[in-house]
Amino acid sequence: MEPLLELRGVSKSFGAVRALRDVSLALYPGEVHALAGENGAGKSTVVRIIGGEQEPDDGEVRLDGTPVRFGGPRDAQHRGVAVIHQEPSRFPDLSAAENVFIGRQPFRVDRAGMRRRAAELFGALGVPIDPDRPARGLSIADQQVIEIARALAADARIIVMDEPTAALSGMEAQRLFRVARGLAENGSALLFISHRLDEIYELCHRVTVLRDGAPVTTRELAGLDRDALVRSMVGREIEQLFPGRRSEPGEAALEVFGLSRAGVFEDISLTVRRGEIVGLAGLVGSGRSEVARAIFGVDGRDRGVVRVGGRTLPAGDPRAAIRAGLAMVPEDRREQGLIPELSIERNASLPRLRSVSTFGIVRRSRERALARTWTDRLGVRLRRLADPVTTLSGGNQQKVVLGKWLAGDPAVLIVDEPTRGIDIGAKREVHGLLSELAASGVAVLMISSELPEVLGMSDRVVVMHEGRITAELDRSAATEESVLRAATGGAS
Amino acid sequence: MRALAGRELGIVLVLVAVVTVTTVVNPNFLSRQGVHDLFLNSSIIALLAVGQAILVITRNIDLSVGSVLGLSAFLSGQLYLADRDMPVIVVLLAGIALGAVCGVVNGALVAVAKVPALVVTLGTLYVFRGLDYAWASATGVHQVNADRMSPDFLAFGNGSLLFLPNLTVITLLVLGVAAYALRAFRPGRELYAIGSNPDAARLSGIPVGRRVFVAFVISGALAGLGGVLHASYFGTINASVGSGRELAVVAAVVVGGVAIFGGSGTVVGAALGALLLTTITSALPILGVPAFWQRAVDGAALLLAISLDRVVMLRVAARLRRRTSVGGAGG
Repeated sequence: MEPLLELRGVSKSFGAVRALRDVSLALYPGEVHALAGENGAGKSTVVRIIGGEQEPDDGEVRLDGTPVRFGGPRDAQHRGVAVIHQEPSRFPDLSAAENVFIGRQPFRVDRAGMRRRAAELFGALGVPIDPDRPARGLSIADQQVIEIARALAADARIIVMDEPTAALSGMEAQRLFRVARGLAENGSALLFISHRLDEIYELCHRVTVLRDGAPVTTRELAGLDRDALVRSMVGREIEQLFPGRRSEPGEAALEVFGLSRAGVFEDISLTVRRGEIVGLAGLVGSGRSEVARAIFGVDGRDRGVVRVGGRTLPAGDPRAAIRAGLAMVPEDRREQGLIPELSIERNASLPRLRSVSTFGIVRRSRERALARTWTDRLGVRLRRLADPVTTLSGGNQQKVVLGKWLAGDPAVLIVDEPTRGIDIGAKREVHGLLSELAASGVAVLMISSELPEVLGMSDRVVVMHEGRITAELDRSAATEESVLRAATGGAS
Repeated sequence: MRALAGRELGIVLVLVAVVTVTTVVNPNFLSRQGVHDLFLNSSIIALLAVGQAILVITRNIDLSVGSVLGLSAFLSGQLYLADRDMPVIVVLLAGIALGAVCGVVNGALVAVAKVPALVVTLGTLYVFRGLDYAWASATGVHQVNADRMSPDFLAFGNGSLLFLPNLTVITLLVLGVAAYALRAFRPGRELYAIGSNPDAARLSGIPVGRRVFVAFVISGALAGLGGVLHASYFGTINASVGSGRELAVVAAVVVGGVAIFGGSGTVVGAALGALLLTTITSALPILGVPAFWQRAVDGAALLLAISLDRVVMLRVAARLRRRTSVGGAGG
């Protein structure tokens, strides 16, 4: 049997970073194929190449055995490829029906027909969304249904699902699997990406594992040992990945009581003690980052109390939070953590300008000395402090962000996705840093989507689901299963 | 869709209120001549607002429309200086073509060179106006008076079809075509998608660059048409015709309910916005408000409209969140 779509020896680089090296992958009709690997292993790049968003530097994409070059996402879609994104970005102002057909409507739009067809598709998928309602306000699960309806409407034969279940409850995920199986039975080829091994075993026939951009193995899932699969993804035992540490938590440094923000999160209470790392786990969209932002005061809150070192913080005042000894390393360092146009030293000294100024005038030499101290201590690999911060690799940028806040000697450090998108070596260094900080008495609240990181680093794990805390687990009680169960609301 | 219909209804209600109050103070306001003047005065602004709305729906903006209008009006004058018997249709087509060329420049810079529309059209606002002045100074023509234009042309600009001024008829025709095209044809629907989420539009296979480019050409062409209409109506033109009009046009579009960040709104709303602002401007002197308050009132209407949009949007969003589909949340 011939594969519907095949990648042969595909390589892709972004600047100096080799995202993919010689990746081959064949998708057969009727098959659900899993693509596994850690964050940063190159899965997203594979998705973008199949979806026509990017062209490979080397190697070829074959469709029905013939080499093709996709001239953009439009071309890929015309040839029967559909990508369901993790967080579908649809058109909030358009109706649900129009979201299904936009980009592929006939020149003269047949509104009634479009509405009828969309209702049929939603019905077939078992989710009766009102075709006339605007997409604004739809849940992520419903938005995915729209994406799938879109793929069905286009008669897509190759369907890529990029972590579709990351933000779904157990029930919603099951619904998605039913749809996926149905598609495969009708002769489509599916590429399924997930971090959850259970799902991969439940749904998929074969798996391809990527590690650091290179293919590790492709094989049948039946008979494949779970631990062997994890080892092939990680490339070493999980235990070795994280610094071992002994924690002797002191008094409470950060206390949060009944924190609520209407429609975002509710009744969040948690405590982080000196010397302790508390992991805040949950699915994308469960409200973790929003809680962190409200604690820090970037966002307001409707109810609740935040105390740092026993002192109550005013709501919505990040400056007061910083003065009280709170520091936050945000999720998206490019958007929120760094100012890309500025040099490394300027970025590093930004929150501490007062300490390097005399009568409000910044002393360059002191600024540089401060930056020098921290980049050295954190082992940032750089050419010159005056270089733009964007010349650094992701991991080193992250260290600059950390250093920027550590320079203020915080009592409480909130880190949101501290190792997202950085390579494995830098990850270890960041983990080591966080451990050292905790050992020196800093209270660390760490938000992370990577289960191994949460499990390997945290003394306690607090799990959120749809804006509420669903579990608080000690290190001994926190396992992949217990955290996932709480993160999906217990329904599975 | 219902929210949009609500917005247009809202403008009509405010319009009725303004007209009623003003008519009570001065019954002549609603005379046949008064209504005729209202339509006439708002026609050109409404025409430009239609083009502007198409652009704003795609999350773009065209600040150069005032300059394009001026350039095209000046071209009309120059054409009559060259040949007093120039047929009206030739002048119309020339003006539209000139506007379209200006739109091509804007569109290429935005869609191909990827420069933000605000910056591009702020630049071309000055460049096109500069060309206008340069042209005037190079030819030594600083003003063209009505006696140099053909009587046909002036009759065209000041004539009426049945009860409606010709200018209004043209604006209504353009409005009708644009409203229908945005509703019922694929490229029109895709303009909304582009404004609603540009990245998703690209991923959905919509030729974003091409659509935005065409929207700029349409806006330019309508501004060009507006310039010719201006010349034929006023009969006297100079190189500074249309200065500052872009702001009135943008105000009309926003008051008309087109979201400034794209994705929603209608050309009918934009045209009604133009009619409302023009009516308010005409009503103020009758109501005894000194003329120098007019700008402030325009601005206040704009701020009011934007605040209203914000409130309505938050409410709608909250309502939609509550209306989750069956089988939504799991645990």
